[in-house]
Amino acid sequence: MKIAVCVSHVPDTAAKINIGSDGISIDPAGVTYVVNPYDEFAIEEALKSKEKFGGETVAISLGGDANKETLRKALAMGIDNAVLLKESGYRDSLSVSKALAEEINAQGAELVFFGKQSVDFDNSVVGQLTAELLGYNCISVAVSFTLDGNKIICEREIEGGKEVVETNLPAVITAQKGLNEPRYASLKGIMAAKKKEIIEKVPAAATNYVEVISMKKPASKQAGKIIGTDSSAVPELIRLLREEAKVI
Amino acid sequence: MANKILVFIEQRNGLIKKPSFEAAKTAADLAVKLSGTVEAVAIGNEIEELEKVGSYGVAKVTHFKNSDLANYSPSAYAEIITKFVNENGFDILFFGATSMGKDLAPRVSAKLDAGLAIDCVALNADSNDIIATRPVFAGKALVDVKITSPKKVFALRPNVFNPGVPSDAKADLTVVNVDDPNLNVRVTEIKKAEGKLDVAEADIIVSGGRGMKGPEHFHLVEELSQILGAATGASRAVVDAGWRPHGEQVGQTGKTVSPTLYIALGISGAIQHLAGMRSSKYIVAVNKDKDAPIFQIADYGIVGDLFEVVPAMIEEIKKIKS
Ligand SMILES: Cc1cc2nc3c(=O)[nH]c(=O)nc-3n(C[C@H](O)[C@H](O)[C@H](O)COP(=O)(O)OP(=O)(O)OC[C@H]3O[C@@H](n4cnc5c(N)ncnc54)[C@H](O)[C@@H]3O)c2cc1C
Ligand SMILES: Nc1ncnc2c1ncn2[C@@H]1O[C@H](COP(=O)(O)O)[C@@H](O)[C@H]1O
Repeated sequence: MKIAVCVSHVPDTAAKINIGSDGISIDPAGVTYVVNPYDEFAIEEALKSKEKFGGETVAISLGGDANKETLRKALAMGIDNAVLLKESGYRDSLSVSKALAEEINAQGAELVFFGKQSVDFDNSVVGQLTAELLGYNCISVAVSFTLDGNKIICEREIEGGKEVVETNLPAVITAQKGLNEPRYASLKGIMAAKKKEIIEKVPAAATNYVEVISMKKPASKQAGKIIGTDSSAVPELIRLLREEAKVI
Repeated sequence: MANKILVFIEQRNGLIKKPSFEAAKTAADLAVKLSGTVEAVAIGNEIEELEKVGSYGVAKVTHFKNSDLANYSPSAYAEIITKFVNENGFDILFFGATSMGKDLAPRVSAKLDAGLAIDCVALNADSNDIIATRPVFAGKALVDVKITSPKKVFALRPNVFNPGVPSDAKADLTVVNVDDPNLNVRVTEIKKAEGKLDVAEADIIVSGGRGMKGPEHFHLVEELSQILGAATGASRAVVDAGWRPHGEQVGQTGKTVSPTLYIALGISGAIQHLAGMRSSKYIVAVNKDKDAPIFQIADYGIVGDLFEVVPAMIEEIKKIKS
């Protein structure tokens, strides 16, 4: 079976975000980029699936040359092949999905893993969009995954619990934390990944439907009052919550 | 622009979810601003008091009904909505950005070839444009976006848009029986987390961090939650340590919450934790380290030992509640 995993390259979650001079994107100075955290669960599940069911794995990333770093990480963890869909400009989620769907189709992958969310624009939609474009079934925010013949059963996280969801191949699964424990790349894997070729392709031009008009920092919350240093401050705290904030 | 607006009403167990009322009110207000019209659509089996959407300004609701649709089916729900939109020429769609809304909205948007703005926290409209504001980089920045396709899909972050005071108006209800829904993807079972209130839906959250020292002390967090009618949350440190379930994790790789009151106990306030709760209306922090970053965003803080402060809080609240 051909298994694909889509990975994005994002600022480290600890990065300080500053707005770039264009006013619609971030200033990349001083920002370290990493594999999107949720995509590590997706990579791990692709590797586990190959170990179980056989076949071949491919990692796909759309973006600039820097995304090769993330693809190398996927290769180092054990993914067989990597494709970079070169894009230097902005794409909205649907436009990203159209390019990914085309490549997944070209690869003939029938099981595709995504992260549940890219921690840059925090959309949490590219997996579902891509699945629809491909006409594949899709389960998002999966915390468990089993495949038996053609049949897939996942649990997905919802408010106050989990849903058990059933479907069939071909399918897109988007990974939530808890799905698995991503493996570390072995030294051997890292060395091997260095030698592997990353195939570069140019996707069809973007057709964006969502325009970013401006990017700004949220109004910073001003630090409030320190009411005290022990339990003697509690009555005053509760009074403030009742009378000033009116929340209890 | 015809400005025919459709709002999706989410039900679980036959009950309408609160974010749907928030979306209904927002959609109804937008319809007035744009001189457009607004209707609602719901999918399920039995749904209680669907006419109630009328009290949020939506005068017409269509219920697509089938016993196999009581639980969510992404494939069936997406097909039904898309067909309804195409047959009636709706051009603006609203969803609540709940776990169902976030799953469903993109499917519908792909089927309609419509631009999508998810997790919106503000909407501003004039006669030409609708500008949506959404948090990015875990709330470290905000973007204003404009959808340029003829059809537009918006999903609104729960707990942010004010549903206002409901009127007595009732919506006109049309029930349409669905034959043979597409159940290619279907929910077969729902596993409740012991009937607990989820942080994503709670108005008050009490969260504990590594300062709680061990899982055996979380009864303090739970007791305080209970008397406040709050949900129990946690930092990643305590989830990773296995003290608390992942469903309780608040933060960048947990849940994003915007309750009215967030109480952080023994949580340092790492940037990834703040990302998930910084938009809370009021934040209370109890931490023995006066330099803990949580105090930089807390409205009220006590610099002290939580094992002394929290029992006192519980006592004090019990006093005023009785
Ligand atoms: C990719 C990535 C994603 C992440 N995602 C998340 C996320 O979603 N959510 C999240 O929370 N974190 C997340 N983190 C982790 C985050 O960086 C912090 O490590 C974590 O939030 C710390 O948890 P904590 O505040 O409970 O623990 P600590 O930082 O150890 O803080 C414990 C606090 O308790 C106080 N304390 C100790 N004893 C007492 C006492 N007796 N009384 C009062 N106070 C006391 C201490 O002063 C201290 O401030 C993420 C990290 C990474 C790298
Ligand atoms: N540029 C990209 N290249 C490859 N995969 C992507 C890209 N953007 C998003 N994805 C995938 O889609 C998931 C959800 O992203 P998003 O909808 O942007 O939050 C991510 O976790 C990735 O698996």
